[in-house]
Amino acid sequence: MKPPATRTGFDVAVIGGGLVGSALSFGLARAGQRVVLLDEGDAAVRASRANFALVWVQSKGLGLPEYAGWTIRSSNAWGEFAALLKSETGLDVGFERPGGFHLALSEAELERRALQLKRLHNQPGIVTYETEIVDRKRLELSLSGLGRDVVGGSFCPLDGHCNSLRLHHALHTALFNRGVRYLASHKVEDIAYNAGEFALRTGQRELRAGKIVIAAGNASMQLAPLVGLVAPMKPNRGQIIVTERVQPFLRHPIVTLRQTDEGTIMIGDSQLDGIDPDEVTMPIISVMAARAIRMFPILARLNVVRTWSGIRVMTHDGFPIYDQSETCPGAFLVCCHSGVTLAANHAFTLASMISRGRLDADSVGVFSARRFDVR
Amino acid sequence: MFARLAAVDETSVSLRIDGEPIEARPGDTVAAALLAAGFQHCRTSAVSGALRAPYCMMGVCFDCLVNIDGVGNRQSCLVPVREGMKVELQRGKRAPVA
Repeated sequence: MKPPATRTGFDVAVIGGGLVGSALSFGLARAGQRVVLLDEGDAAVRASRANFALVWVQSKGLGLPEYAGWTIRSSNAWGEFAALLKSETGLDVGFERPGGFHLALSEAELERRALQLKRLHNQPGIVTYETEIVDRKRLELSLSGLGRDVVGGSFCPLDGHCNSLRLHHALHTALFNRGVRYLASHKVEDIAYNAGEFALRTGQRELRAGKIVIAAGNASMQLAPLVGLVAPMKPNRGQIIVTERVQPFLRHPIVTLRQTDEGTIMIGDSQLDGIDPDEVTMPIISVMAARAIRMFPILARLNVVRTWSGIRVMTHDGFPIYDQSETCPGAFLVCCHSGVTLAANHAFTLASMISRGRLDADSVGVFSARRFDVR
Repeated sequence: MFARLAAVDETSVSLRIDGEPIEARPGDTVAAALLAAGFQHCRTSAVSGALRAPYCMMGVCFDCLVNIDGVGNRQSCLVPVREGMKVELQRGKRAPVA
């Protein structure tokens, strides 16, 4: 199928100005495309402003082994991605990859963790990478101030983290520098496809583009059917606690706990089905704080400066959806939970496929939403 | 920069700022005592290291952070002075162990 011809307007309109849409726009602009990036207004539910900022590999891929390989590819490309953003914008997004830990607070938790990793790595076809169950002694070599309840955990050298707000800032700065048109308060209300061109109706105006990318987080569920695609989503709510800034004491990110480049400690990783972003649930954050203090007792003496809750972008099975429309050629769908971890893949690999007008079935075909069809 | 009004109560409270003795009035907050003693700043900021001084004096702005008796990041505008108190200017991030 040949890519739709460009007539007027833009080569590609990206719907969604979060980390996924921004990283794709950056990659598309680098590939020489004329890009317009359409974003909602300030009242939008913005997962990219609420996330935990891990660049995370361990645990990923149970149920879809290719997801592990895709994640590792992005983790490995992240250093180059961060360096590129630095050179284009002068902004340091604080990427580090010292390796990350899961911590277990009882022998039973450690056994569950070991079983989980075994199931993950026993899947046929999964890429081989280093994740190991470690005992208390091994933890003490890397982590100081561990609470006495910590019995062990797991370690993966490919895990890291960044400053995700600065990542968002750097991407938007790079887009501005490259002449990408960014339109805030342009919620897309309708999409029409006619003879190789898309017309997008927003509250403000109508825009035309030869290709579109739906990267609208959970709202992709409503937009995808307009161009013959499906995005089955199951959003959930996560909460985060942030402490005052303290001198660095935690060199490695823990899946539920990390120290940011600017000194705050973030405690996170709750999952609730409710999706009201204005609500923070006290019992949940109490449990999160109590577990964090058992891991690192010195946290008990720190002041909490903020808590917030955010809505995770989550597909039905938790894996990314990358798709292209058969009925409206040139319409793409990019929808995933891990907008930070996968940012490097989105900017480099996926954006260049979209610029060429076709997703490469060999490398990302497995992420099509056709996997949800009854077969 | 700040001059005290004529005092009704002439008694004073002694405390130390970075080891130097200063006199404050009963009822002063640590921030007020710092300003009255002529301090132009009370901390350096946690990320850029810029100088900061008490600003709102009512517990809102968190610019008046100091270390009081070994505990970092205390809001000096909310803590009344006490005889023998040891105050240190807050230099950057506090240490994680209180």
